[in-house]
Parts: sequence; C-alpha cells; structure tokens
Amino acid sequence: MRVTVRLFARLRDVAGASELARDVGPDATVGSVWRQLATEYPALEPYGRSISTAINADYARMDAPLRDGDEIAFLPPVSGG
Amino acid sequence: MPRSPRPSYTEREMVPLLAIGPEAIELDRLVAVACARSEESAGSDGAVVTFLGLVRNHNAGRRVRYLEYEAYEPLALKTFERIAAEARARWPGARLALHHRIGRLDIGEASVAIAAASAHRADAYAACRYAIERVKQIAPIWKREFFDGGDVWIEGAIADPTNETARAEAERIACV
Repeated sequence: MRVTVRLFARLRDVAGASELARDVGPDATVGSVWRQLATEYPALEPYGRSISTAINADYARMDAPLRDGDEIAFLPPVSGG
Repeated sequence: MPRSPRPSYTEREMVPLLAIGPEAIELDRLVAVACARSEESAGSDGAVVTFLGLVRNHNAGRRVRYLEYEAYEPLALKTFERIAAEARARWPGARLALHHRIGRLDIGEASVAIAAASAHRADAYAACRYAIERVKQIAPIWKREFFDGGDVWIEGAIADPTNETARAEAERIACV
C-alpha cells in the first residue's frame, strides 16, 4: 500500500523534502515508516526519540497500524506561541 | 454623556473562535467572538481576559530580526479544539477564542491571541493562562528564529496531548 509522509520544520530541512510518497508493507506502522525513512536519511535518525507522530491529522502512537492512502506526519518538538 | 459612536463588539462581523493562518490578529474581533453566546446565555459574561504573544527582539542572547512560523494546520486546529474543550471541562462556562499566525512575523507583531470569557474574572484569567500553556505544549506549530548572523529552529515540548502530567502542570500554572 501507499502512504504519504509529511515532514515539518527541522525534519523537513534535514530530509530536504516536506512530502514523500512511500510504498509500505501490509503490516506497516507509523514506527516502521519512520525506521524506513531514517535508513534513507540517516541524518533523521537522532530525532527519533523526540518526535511526535500523526495519522491523517490526528496524533497517533508509533505502533499505530496504517491503511492505504494514510497521511503520516512526523513532528519535531513544538514551539508555538 | 453622549454614547460613543463606536459599535459594540457584538454588532461586528464574527471571526471563527479558533483559527490558524497568515491573517493579522484582530484582538477586538477575537473578544467579540469569545463573548458571542447563544440567545439564552447572552449577557452572562462578566469578564474577558486576553493574551497576546508578541515577536520579541531578543532571545537567548541573540538579536532577533524576525520569526517565521509554520504549522501542521489541520492538526493545529484540532489541537485548539481539544484545548478549548479541556478549558470548558475545567472551568464550566468559560469560552475560549484562539488565533495563531503563521508565516513571517516582524518584531512587535502578535503571533498568538487568546480571549477567555467567563462569568467571573478568576475563571477567565485561569482559562486564558491554561490555553497558552497548552498551545506551547501540544500545538503542532514551529518558529524559526532569524537573528543577526544566522537562523535556528526553536524546539520546545515533545507534543503529546495524552500526557496527563503535562496537562496537570498547565492547570497548576493557570491556578497560581
């Protein structure tokens, strides 16, 4: 199945892309997509412990399963206000 | 004494209660929408507390030139809805309006505005303070600081709306 990955702020700068399409296996989770990305972009790896994640614009856990067409977002620590 | 010709806030066009976007913040319209109640509870507010967050010209010893804000907008709006619901649950009758800007903001401009309306001032103050603390904890918004000699992404809290310890801390700060 195919998912869209959104990257924000520093993560987007590190990867050099704000949106990526990725093919993933049927058992894919938010976490497995992150690990796949961190392999592709090793500079992302150190951020793994400080990110928040979302599926289709709702906060989700790393172990949340994915469906075809989902939008997964990886969010660095926030600084609004 | 003659009445002021200025229309009362409630006679003006309404803005959304919760919003994120590049539009400049208009505090009077935010107050108006926070106080816009249903017919049966019209006039029940006795206090409105507002907060404006401004772009400051210095941070961490650096001379700041301007800020750029970005957000995951649909999630930011849902986060604002969550914050408003949390405030309603904690201070029944309190009503929040919250606007956050994105894009480039120059020194002195308002990046965020909150209006909290309630029957009594204590709840309005608390709900307003609670809302800005929660924005800083869980809203998917980021500021990039452009200073003399470079730029840096500012990174604060790891956003987790279900983290009850963080939520309780925001409530504690709001109630001091």
